[in-house]
Formats: sequence, C-alpha cells, structure tokens
Amino acid sequence: MANAYWCIVEDDRKGAPKKVMSEVLGEAGRLAGGTVEAVWLTDKATDDGIKQLGAWGASKVWVLENAAFAPYIGEVWVPALAELVAKESPKAIFAPVTSRMREFVARLAARLGAGLSADSVGFAMEGDALVATRPVYAGKVLAKMTWAKTPWIATMRPNVFKPAEASVAKSAQVEKPSVKIPTPRMKLVERREEVSTGLPELTEAETVISGGRGMKGPENYVILEKMAAVIGAAVGASRAAVDAGWRPHRFQIGQTGRTISPKLYLGFGVSGAIQHLAGMRTSKVIVAVNKDPEAPIFKIADYGIVGDLFEVVPALTDEFKKLLEK
Amino acid sequence: MKIVVAVKQVPDTATQVKISGADPKAIDTAGITWIVSPYDEFAIEEALRIKEKRGQGEVVAVSLGPDRVKEALRSALAMGCDRAIHLNDPAWANADTLATAQALAAVIKQEQPALVLCGRQAIDDDMGAVGAQLAEVLDWPCASWIMDEAVDADAKTVRVGRQVEGGLEVFDIPLPAVLSAQKGLNEPRYPTLKGIMGAKKKEIKDVKPGDLGLTPGAPQLMVKKLEALPARPPGRIIQGEVKDAVKELVRALREDAKAI
Ligand SMILES: Cc1cc2nc3c(=O)[nH]c(=O)nc-3n(C[C@@H](O)[C@H](O)[C@H](O)COP(=O)(O)OP(=O)(O)OC[C@H]3O[C@@H](n4cnc5c(N)ncnc54)[C@H](O)[C@@H]3O)c2cc1C
Ligand SMILES: Cc1cc2nc3c(=O)[nH]c(=O)nc-3n(C[C@H](O)[C@H](O)[C@H](O)COP(=O)(O)OP(=O)(O)OC[C@H]3O[C@@H](n4cnc5c(N)ncnc54)[C@H](O)[C@@H]3O)c2cc1C
Repeated sequence: MANAYWCIVEDDRKGAPKKVMSEVLGEAGRLAGGTVEAVWLTDKATDDGIKQLGAWGASKVWVLENAAFAPYIGEVWVPALAELVAKESPKAIFAPVTSRMREFVARLAARLGAGLSADSVGFAMEGDALVATRPVYAGKVLAKMTWAKTPWIATMRPNVFKPAEASVAKSAQVEKPSVKIPTPRMKLVERREEVSTGLPELTEAETVISGGRGMKGPENYVILEKMAAVIGAAVGASRAAVDAGWRPHRFQIGQTGRTISPKLYLGFGVSGAIQHLAGMRTSKVIVAVNKDPEAPIFKIADYGIVGDLFEVVPALTDEFKKLLEK
Repeated sequence: MKIVVAVKQVPDTATQVKISGADPKAIDTAGITWIVSPYDEFAIEEALRIKEKRGQGEVVAVSLGPDRVKEALRSALAMGCDRAIHLNDPAWANADTLATAQALAAVIKQEQPALVLCGRQAIDDDMGAVGAQLAEVLDWPCASWIMDEAVDADAKTVRVGRQVEGGLEVFDIPLPAVLSAQKGLNEPRYPTLKGIMGAKKKEIKDVKPGDLGLTPGAPQLMVKKLEALPARPPGRIIQGEVKDAVKELVRALREDAKAI
C-alpha cells in the first residue's frame, strides 16, 4: 500500500522475529493511527514468525526470502529493498537499533536520498510532519528532528517504546514480491560465536546489572551473575572494568560501549561518570550501590544504597530470590 | 597503498553542553574543548598501522566542519597522517549525514584511495551512519563495527571481523572498501613531541563545494530544536542496616516502581 508505515524485521537468524519488533510495530501503529506493514528480509521466514508479526499488528508482511540474505550484507539487502520501496512508496521506514540494522538503514537512506534519524527515543506527529526525538551529546541534550520529504526513515532504541499487545485474533496478509538479488563483492569466511553467557543480550535485556571498578577484580563478577540468574538480567560493566581486562569490551556500557535502556538498571561500584551515563541514562529505573555517598551516580539514581557492594549484593540476591520464589 | 581516514571533531565527552540562548537549534560553543571523536582515533591508528606494516603508502585525514576543525586535523597529522583535507564552507553548516557522506565521497573520488576508514559513530551526534552512507554513495562494499582487519599482500582484499550480536562475522572484501572502527580494534598512540612539531609543516588543504563539483542543498533531515534533558525526579537513598535496606529496596522496586 502506498503511504504505508513499514517496519523492517529484526530476527534471531533462525526464523523468529525478535521481541523488540513488538515495540517497533507498536510505535509505528500508534503513529500510523492503524495499519502498519512488516518487511522481512531473511533466508528463512517461518509461518510462526509471520503469525507473530500479525499478532503484533502488522496487517501485511512483505516476505523477501532468499539464501543470499544471510548473513546480512549491505550490497545485497539495500538494492533489494530499494526496489520494493520504489514500487510501493512507503511513507515511513522504521527498524530497531541492532548492529546490522544501523548499517542497513543508513545505506538504504543514502540510496533513497532520504533523511535518517538514528537511535530515536520518541516520535510525534506535528500536523502532517513526523518529529523524532534523539539524544545527542552523550544524552545531555535531546534533538527534535524532522524530514524534508518522505519516506521518513528512523531506527528506534530498544526498550523505549511501548510494545504492541499481541493479539492472536489479528493476522497478516503475506506478500512475496520478487526482487533482483545482486551478487555481493564481499564474502563470508566464517562466523565466530561468542561463548554464550546464558544471560540475555545486553542491549535487549529488561534488567541490566552493571559492575564497575568497585568490583575489585574479574573473579567477583560471579556474584553479579548469580543475581542476574535470579532476576533474568544481563551483566554489563563500566569502561574502567573493561579496560582492566575484567570483562570483554562487548559488555561495556557507555558512550564508547553499548547504549542500553532497560526497565531496571542496577549499578554496583560504578561512580557514574558522564560517559557511563551516556549509555544508560534512558533506563526507566536506576538503582545504585556505592560506598561513596558523593558518587555522581546517586544524582540520577531512583534508589540508592550507600554501602559495601560485597555485603549488599549477596543480601539483595537473597531478597530477590525470596520475592520471586513466592 | 593510499588510505583516507574520515575524522570528526566533537566536544570533549566531559564538557558541559548548553543549548545556545540565541539559536535553539544549536549548542553554545563557548568554553567547549574539542577533541577527535574517539572512534576516529581507532580509525587513524589502524590506517597508520597498515601503512607501517607495508612499509609504504599514504594516510590522508579528511574532515568536514568549520575553522576549528583544523585543530583535529593537526592532531591526526601529529599521530602520523601524511596530509589532511578540510571541507570548510558555510554551505555545509547544516549538513546531515547524507550531505556529509556526499561531500566526503566527492573528495574520496578525487583521491582514489584503496581503503576508507571511519569511526563506528561520532560521539556527539551519534548517528553511526556516515561510514555506511559513504560506501553507498561510492557504491563500495563496507563493514561496520570492525574488531580486526588484515589487508592481503598485494592490497587487493581486506579480511575483517565485524561485531554483531552474539559473535563476530569474518568477511573477505575486495578493495576499495569502507570500514568503520569499533573499540577493541587497537589502542591508539599518543602523538610524540616530534610528531606534533612535524605536523605543523604538513599540508592541510581547504576544499570548497565548487572544487568537488558540488552544490550542497537543503538537508534531508533537519534539526527543529534542541531541548534540555528533562530532570529525573529526585531519588531516594535507602538508609539503615544492609539487611533492612535490601528488603526495603526490593519492596520499593516491586510495589512502587513495578520494575521487578
Ligand atoms: C551547526 C550545526 C548544524 C547542524 N545541522 C544539522 C541538520 O540540520 N541536520 C542534521 O541531520 N544534522 C545536523 N548537524 C549534525 C550533522 O552535521 C552531523 O554531524 C552529521 O550528520 C554527521 O552525523 P554524526 O556526527 O552522527 O556522524 P556518524 O554517522 O556517527 O559518524 C560516523 C563516522 O563518519 C565520519 N564522519 C562523520 N562526520 C564527519 C565529518 N564532519 N567529517 C569527517 N568525517 C566525519 C567519522 O569517521 C565518524 O566516526 C548539525 C551540526 C552542526 C554543528
Ligand atoms: C572518551 C571517553 C570515553 C569513555 N567511555 C566510557 C564508556 O563507554 N563507559 C564507561 O563506563 N566509561 C567510559 N569512560 C570512562 C569514564 O570517564 C570513567 O573513568 C569510568 O566510567 C569509571 O568507571 P567506574 O565507575 O567503574 O570506576 P570509578 O570511577 O573508579 O568508580 C568506582 C566506584 O566504585 C566505588 N566502590 C569501590 N569499592 C566499593 C565497594 N566495595 N562497594 C561499593 N562501592 C565501591 C567507588 O566509591 C567508586 O565510586 C570514558 C572516558 C573517556 C575519556
């Protein structure tokens, strides 16, 4: 449908849309005042995945299924989707912020000659114009952005937007357009899997526990992992802890690490330097435990305990256990 | 082998940022300390390492921005870049990521490097888009968030590891290509005193849109206004013995904040 609101599907590479798509579809639906469409570039689209997208509110799912779509390669994805955009003239194109979507949507916007608001945290319609809000300058300022023309292209920060309520009564019409699949110049050699922590992915987790220099050494992160296992959290770290070699860089939260926006952030032995805050200040609830009452993190914390984390963490873990086992 | 590094000058991460009283679309630049965006330092470092490993080549730093940007280019030269190009014109003042990418691409077409290195994102505007858009405008392959790279002996391909959720994807990419640097790629060097002195004699060429055959138009994405961050409601320090404090914290998280 011309003038449709499109949501590009991020999936788990096994045929299931990621949960963040409920947020993207939910927000797009709110802005569109009704129908939104999902666009799924994948090497394997599953019926369950399509059903899920329908339940989250997609009235139509455009399925572009081809072995060449895995792994993501810009040279393949961009011309393929651009061809469909040219035919269908969507009004808006949204995607969640993930590593590949960041690159893909940027390249796509360049090909279409359209504006891109990356890592947006809010949208509003002002008359006929879409206005996006995005944090800039390490989250110290919010910029309101607007587009010269459609399609409005934007990526959305995970965990910020209200998810669509899944409704099994809703189902999506499926459209399988044929598009040209270019041969990429770059070739995949191998994919090296990270050793799984068994905990949720940092950027997607609803609860994140972060350990800073106050953890005193890599061996002590096990107490945070124990708590994480109880409450289903991801474990991140400050740059001081990463630079000391206690945690791999992919767990760093902050301006030169990952940007997170969980429902609950718990910081232990993190001072709250401005560059750390840049990566977590849009968290909904912030808890800080630090032995220094003057630590800057207390300025943005909703709840704080001044004390020794090595006493607080085990006691808090027990308390969480008691609550969740009830 | 010629390498172009795209360098953006940004406010120091610790600087106070205030919205300008005169222009609600801009920040007040008085008193700001400017630095090379940290990810661009990884890009510069990697370019220098490639050159040093091969024992020959040229590293050209390119930046778009007002006069102050010369300082960032001087830092790049002090680290070891051979020369610099400054895209300096009021016509670029409201450039969005695409206009920035188009301007950089025009310079790159003239320079014809084998490789372009960018940062993963500039830490002020945080779009993380210019590198990928540059590749699109040039119609080159690109890889974002790279953690390692190795250019082959005859400078025909580069092997890169790009960071994705849950792992690293390793690609062989024929040159020319655009890569964007993620933290962990390397540890950037500090300029030596000799480097700083030497940088003063290196060339920084000013380039205008006309030199590139460009007439920058209105941006596709516009800043409507900047707003200060809404203040968070004041927090609460939970007092008392650890065992009581954690009890109260868990209660508050469940009942008041509904966060658990
Ligand atoms: C006065 C003023 C007005 C502005 N008006 C607008 C506006 O109307 N609309 C708008 O969208 N933006 C505007 N901007 C911001 C805009 O210029 C962004 O800086 C630009 O879009 C690049 O985005 P980014 O900084 O997020 O770069 P990213 O995409 O995060 O940068 C990625 C990488 O690209 C390279 N790179 C990025 N920028 C440059 C550069 N300038 N020179 C060399 N290499 C670079 C670097 O290697 C960097 O690491 C304005 C900025 C200023 C100062
Ligand atoms: C360009 C640039 C980019 C940066 N990017 C990032 C980034 O992405 N992420 C990031 O985190 N930082 C970043 N930093 C670094 C940042 O400035 C801080 O140095 C860093 O965040 C400090 O980490 P920390 O809070 O763990 O350590 P510290 O500041 O040393 O704080 C440790 C805290 O632990 C407390 N503590 C110690 N022992 C205990 C105990 N037993 N119980 C309770 N509390 C205890 C102390 O009181 C102290 O407050 C960046 C810096 C620069 C210049």
